[in-house]
Amino acid sequence: MVGFVIVSHSRLLAESVADFTRLMAERVTVIPAGGLEDGSFGTSYQLISDAIEEANSGDGVLVLMDMGSAVMTTEMVLESMENHKVKMVDCPLVEGAVAGTIAAAGGQSLELIYRNLTKSGYVNKF
Amino acid sequence: MNKEKIILVIDQMAVAMEKQKEFLTELDNVIGDGDHGINMARGFSEVIKKRDSLAKMDAGDMIKNLGMILVSTVGGASGPLYGTAFMKAGMFLKGKEDITFPDFLEAFQCAIDGVMARGKAAEGEKTMLDSMLPAKRAMEQEWTISGDGKKSMEAGLTAARKGMEDTKKIIATKGRAAYLGERSIGHQDPGATSFVFLLEAIASQM
Repeated sequence: MVGFVIVSHSRLLAESVADFTRLMAERVTVIPAGGLEDGSFGTSYQLISDAIEEANSGDGVLVLMDMGSAVMTTEMVLESMENHKVKMVDCPLVEGAVAGTIAAAGGQSLELIYRNLTKSGYVNKF
Repeated sequence: MNKEKIILVIDQMAVAMEKQKEFLTELDNVIGDGDHGINMARGFSEVIKKRDSLAKMDAGDMIKNLGMILVSTVGGASGPLYGTAFMKAGMFLKGKEDITFPDFLEAFQCAIDGVMARGKAAEGEKTMLDSMLPAKRAMEQEWTISGDGKKSMEAGLTAARKGMEDTKKIIATKGRAAYLGERSIGHQDPGATSFVFLLEAIASQM
């Protein structure tokens, strides 16, 4: 099953998003990587890197980020890994996490979930 | 510039980041998330902890590893940005024990290209590039005229400081400052400012 990593500047925000996905996709692995090691705001290369390892069961990992350095730091982690089964997704963080984990729970592949999530930013809320 | 001098440059960079921590944070408080000074000081203090192992490497690896330490310890946007800059410069300088001024200019260009690619940014967007690019142009120009590294570095510093001042006139379109729109006018960019301090550290050992 595809795993997920939630990267945010805020530890609480990342944990909450991960927690929120359990409501509908309890079996999916979602690892938060929020804030710095000491819990303060920021993005940590090490936490992101560890979270990706932890989330990967063999079927790949999708990484969702909030903004700015979360995106750039994730990009650098992925460059050093060169693992094609780990992708960062450009999508809204909360909607993407919910939609993605439900799809993963239904057994969808990394590529299919990735493709659908990249389009999720264009769906109007109302 | 030989390896011993480069280590001294790194020391100076760390001293400057510690000394300017409050000032950079003040700048970042107004148009960013207020962590630039603290982040840079933390990154460079980690670099200093690894000073002995850095000193054993060739100039290229030393600079590349410095970048890798920044990426893993800075914790804000300046981590991946400066990290990429140093890593790209270091990769270009790989295997060298001594850096000539033309080497430095080419490595500097690699650093700039790295920052542009990582931040998807260009000149005139109120970022560190607004002091980096004018510095590079002025150095190249002076080097072509005089062939004097010290003078070229001075010219670069003057241009970098002007570029830094000029960021006050720019409306931010990158980073969190972009959300402020016109309210970002009048404020100096923290990244363009920290770059001036880093360049001063290089100049101090020439």
